[in-house]
Amino acid sequence: MTQLEKFSYDNKIVRDFGIATVVFGIIGMLVGLIAAIQLYEPGMNMGNPYTTFGRIRPLHTNAVIFAFVGNAIFMGVYYSLQRLCKTRMYSDTLSRIHFWGWQLIILAAAITLPLGITTSHEYAELEWPIDIAITLIWVVFGWNMFGTILRRRERHLYVAIWFYIATFVTVAVLHIVNSFELPIGFLKSYYWYAGVQDALVQWWYGHNAVAFFLTTPFLGLMYYYLPKAANRPVYSYKLSILHFWTLIFIYIWAGPHHLLYTSLPNWAQSLGTVFSIMLIAPSWGGMINGLLTLRGAWDKVREDAILKFFVVGVTAYGMATLEGPLLSLKNVNAIAHFTDWIVAHVHVGALGWNGMLTFAILYWLIPKIYNTKLFSKSMANTHFWLATLGMLFYAIPMYWSGWTQGQMWKDFGPDGMLVYPEFIKTTMAVEWMHIMRSIGGGIYLLGVFLMTYNLIKTVRTGKLVANEDAEAPALEKRYSDNRGFSHRVIERKPTLLLVLSLIVILIGGLVELIPTFLIKSNVPTIAAVQPYSPLELEGRDIYIREGCVNCHSQMVRPFRSETERYGEYSKAGEFVYDHPFLWGSKRTGPDLAREGTSKLFKQDSWHYYHLVKPQEMTQGSIMPAYKWLTTTDLNTNKTQSKISAMRRLGVPYPEGYENQALDKLKEQAQKIADNLKNEGVREEDGSVVSQDREVIALIAYLQRLGTDITKSQTANQ
Amino acid sequence: MFKQFIGGVEGIDQYLIFSMIVFLLFFTGVLLYVIFMKKEECDSLSSIPLNDSEISSHEE
Repeated sequence: MTQLEKFSYDNKIVRDFGIATVVFGIIGMLVGLIAAIQLYEPGMNMGNPYTTFGRIRPLHTNAVIFAFVGNAIFMGVYYSLQRLCKTRMYSDTLSRIHFWGWQLIILAAAITLPLGITTSHEYAELEWPIDIAITLIWVVFGWNMFGTILRRRERHLYVAIWFYIATFVTVAVLHIVNSFELPIGFLKSYYWYAGVQDALVQWWYGHNAVAFFLTTPFLGLMYYYLPKAANRPVYSYKLSILHFWTLIFIYIWAGPHHLLYTSLPNWAQSLGTVFSIMLIAPSWGGMINGLLTLRGAWDKVREDAILKFFVVGVTAYGMATLEGPLLSLKNVNAIAHFTDWIVAHVHVGALGWNGMLTFAILYWLIPKIYNTKLFSKSMANTHFWLATLGMLFYAIPMYWSGWTQGQMWKDFGPDGMLVYPEFIKTTMAVEWMHIMRSIGGGIYLLGVFLMTYNLIKTVRTGKLVANEDAEAPALEKRYSDNRGFSHRVIERKPTLLLVLSLIVILIGGLVELIPTFLIKSNVPTIAAVQPYSPLELEGRDIYIREGCVNCHSQMVRPFRSETERYGEYSKAGEFVYDHPFLWGSKRTGPDLAREGTSKLFKQDSWHYYHLVKPQEMTQGSIMPAYKWLTTTDLNTNKTQSKISAMRRLGVPYPEGYENQALDKLKEQAQKIADNLKNEGVREEDGSVVSQDREVIALIAYLQRLGTDITKSQTANQ
Repeated sequence: MFKQFIGGVEGIDQYLIFSMIVFLLFFTGVLLYVIFMKKEECDSLSSIPLNDSEISSHEE
């Protein structure tokens, strides 16, 4: 018998990540609630740039995904990894660097996003210096994790650890590939890819951020904490092996289902659909494995709030992972895409799966590390009901709203005309559903406040066991197993597991990405499509800064309902100079891809007034007023370097064009200012609109949108 | 219908077939391994998370 070795577990780091989870959970959800209210009460935008919807929507998503869920992952991993490896974390210093580094990144996000510093890629909005910081801190996390695994006193790596390893390696790959940016100064950059390629990379990333940040680490946590809470082993270990490998293999392929009916090549769209349908099998394998772990313990579920949270959380995972593949069917996607249906879908995942599992783990873990009992079980039960009802009150109105939007947008009358040609009709029809949704979100948040109170009281009755004593036999150096290769070989070798996981996820990624980059025919060029003028480029950057892409798509899909409403459907060749692409994923307002064409033409003065007082131009509009655009002068310090940067990225500006850029910019701005003057627009003090204002650049961009292709049609005729 | 989607790109069917074959081989491999796995092995592996209570002084 080997001698027992004494050591201690680091609970302090678990506690720290736990506090961060709760704090950022409250902040992230509160920001979400404000954003939800803004969608029926534009006054809640508070009349300043920093709190408008376009800027705080990414703040909400980043806070909830990377701050709330991120800290919850680290809390759960740091606790379980030490116990599963029967050793302390590899380095307390690395643990601390990881903790504080991650919180600083969150702080940087909380400052830069309201300032409008954004790359516009969803869930990857942070600018390049923060991207580098994320990479470094992620490496620290991986280093600490692998150090711990290599020092373990348990021969086999339990299934939870495989999910942690796959999470680490895949997030690293996703983050790096989706962060190729060319910096233009300290906090501004352009993506290396353009148009269709940029869209494919972004949604390969976006989809897999859901897969490998919101799903796989939580499955790992499920495989550890659910057996612990139920005090029985996982239902089927065989199923967990099958679940793990098939899930990580299939997930990586499904990204293009975010781009169905867009200008992405059809073969890539089909691949996304096929793999999304296949994804049902491993996802449900995981759900069934989780739920059946409770076999014979269902009587406990009635009493124990922790198990209740697990049951609803895992069920929500099952629902969301069935719904996701169904949404990937082209006929369903045609109705659901760009609507609130998608918002409902992601919130079943976020509020149900991530939220409920995090609450369960907090309720289980905090009393453990404080060596005490939960302050109030009935309060935890009340929280469970608030969370469940809050989620339902959130999701049901949003499903209703999404369906309504999808139907109204496509509704043709017997005369063959659109029944609701004005987009605003749909906006007004779903207003009460948005009110209901914010009430649901409010109820859910109330539950989180209750949990916070309960946990604070719990902590006060106990004392943190910062270093928890433990003992385990040392691992023998040699391990003989003469039965040849088996999965247990992989389970014993973390590096092999890492390499295999990497290969498995790379196959799907490469098959999808490489052809789109290499095959020229995938993105047919259109001769009439020209680079943006310097003023339009600056206007585009204002569009990015204000987060317009959060509510307005720029992608007319090839449906009669869309070509009737917006004009010619979008072609891949129209986006070849778009670094980044701005297709968007949601139509809270109308599509803008053809905004400048004669079909949708509006005078410069209309745009000016609409940006200052949207409700006066469109009754019932929920767009925030962008008054500051009419009082702030356009900063042209970087115009020249932006042109040079674009040329480096392959945009065919002639050599030396950057030197004329400012003159060209002024020339075009003067024309728009003259138009505004002639159309009777005056600034607040009664003077004519200065050509230097930011609004001039934004108008130039909006008037340019979609016009290239109509020029080519005119030329052909 | 599927052919209609992929028809637009030359030689792309190889990618689809390749993806399907890779996946099927991979899936079959894992499935066969899991089927032939011994029950005792599974039981001992799945009880790993429950074992830590024996060695930890602070868990009940």
